[in-house]
Amino acid sequence: MAMIHVEGKDHGNLVLYTLSTCVWCRMMKNFLAKMGIGYDYVDVDTLGDEEKTQTMDEVRHWNPQCSFPSLVVNGEQCVVGFSEDSVRKALGL
Amino acid sequence: MNGGPGNPTGIDLYYEDLMAQSKAAGYHLNPDSGFVKALVEGLFLNQERYGYPSCPCRLASGRKEDDLDIICPCDYRDADLGEYGSCFCALYVTQAVLQGNARLTSIPERRPPEGSRTRNETPVREMARPSLPVWRCRVCGYLCAREEPPATCPVCKAAKERFERFL
Repeated sequence: MAMIHVEGKDHGNLVLYTLSTCVWCRMMKNFLAKMGIGYDYVDVDTLGDEEKTQTMDEVRHWNPQCSFPSLVVNGEQCVVGFSEDSVRKALGL
Repeated sequence: MNGGPGNPTGIDLYYEDLMAQSKAAGYHLNPDSGFVKALVEGLFLNQERYGYPSCPCRLASGRKEDDLDIICPCDYRDADLGEYGSCFCALYVTQAVLQGNARLTSIPERRPPEGSRTRNETPVREMARPSLPVWRCRVCGYLCAREEPPATCPVCKAAKERFERFL
């Protein structure tokens, strides 16, 4: 799937599912950028039908509500929605 | 931010419309105008993509009948305003938030997951039937007794298709 990599400091394997139109998703990306953290992301709304279905199955696995943003940390836990506190806590910042 | 195919004039008009409409209906937009404009860009893009302004913070299916509940203003706005002081996107906020400068964060998703969304098609049984059907606006809760729902909700201006049979 077409994940986009953002260069930055290694804070583990970070996979971020977002929507291109969602302002909370944008705030999540901005926060990670501000902290200089590297991660991979995909704007699910911009995918073609097949890839979208596939990606949503992944999101559903981590977050049954399928809401955005969903940040999967080291394939272990998922931060749902954006709040600076919960991202800091999950990444040990 | 201006990467979308939308034309800026359209977005500006949309923004002005939204401000006027929410004010007339007694709702408040987020006082952060940059935040609101970013959401309006998303609404505008979704209008172009799908033919209706579905919530910018939720993934639309592209099938209008499945997305009716997330056409902005969504069916969940009022409940979220009541519980959290803002809607899911924080496009709409309460008067209290407006005045208190409370810091908004993203809130839990209230929309049921796919597969467990229900829409009232059959009214409650075991009640004396009124002489006319009663229709409920799923956006603001407005009720009216008439043969058909109104073309537009007189309170919140939602379209006819947002009504469900209540009684």
